[in-house]
Amino acid sequence: MTVVYWLAYGLLGVGALLALVRLGIGPSLLDRVVATDTLLVIIAAGLAVHAGLQRDPTVVPVLVVVSLLAFVGSVSVARYIGGMLVSSTGDGQDVGLPEAGEERIARSLEADR
Amino acid sequence: MSEVQTAADVLAVVLLLLGAFLCLTAGLGLVRFPDVLTRMHAGTKPQVLGVLLIMVGAAIRLQGWSATWMLLLVAVFQMLTAPVSAHMISRVAYRRRHVRRDRLFVDELRTGEASDRLYRGDEPADAPPEEPARALVESRREDGDLAPD
Repeated sequence: MTVVYWLAYGLLGVGALLALVRLGIGPSLLDRVVATDTLLVIIAAGLAVHAGLQRDPTVVPVLVVVSLLAFVGSVSVARYIGGMLVSSTGDGQDVGLPEAGEERIARSLEADR
Repeated sequence: MSEVQTAADVLAVVLLLLGAFLCLTAGLGLVRFPDVLTRMHAGTKPQVLGVLLIMVGAAIRLQGWSATWMLLLVAVFQMLTAPVSAHMISRVAYRRRHVRRDRLFVDELRTGEASDRLYRGDEPADAPPEEPARALVESRREDGDLAPD
């Protein structure tokens, strides 16, 4: 049983840690939204794993709240970023950022090579 | 009481471990993948399948109807809300150009000169399925952009 505890919490913990890394390094706001969403899902999964392994049903209502919070959070931030569109070109894309930051970084890496 | 005794307990523990493993893969994908859409693809693994596996495992272990209904509520809620939030995030990601276009083979949402899309939405309902790569080559050949081979 101890092995199961360590294995389950280890897997969840490493997953949450990697999601935190993505939350930290960004590079865009939407990456952070996706990372936060995943992090909250992992937290809910950890609560459910605790409830299941300990046979402890007291944390189950918290699960409902956490999953609700993940949805409301990601949708509201996505709508907030969508509201930042000020004007758009004819092809239906806003004129905010010229290209994805990842694409720019990849291109500069290729140019260095 | 919290020990593994029966076959149902073993099944529940296996389901919980599978769900936890999916959470690990989500973290790995979030760090490794190149742009918002692919990271969403990785991050959605535990959102649906992982949560379902863990809810089933916890419901087997908890053995109470009140807890089971609440876990079912969480699972149904996740399956209802995951597509909505994913749709909104990916739409904003496309419009804000957080999508790496050099990694896309076909971009059906793109409009204007460089459009990859041939059907305009007014084709008959029994039109043949769109085959973007071949149809694109054909249309460009018709336009004279591409020398016929």
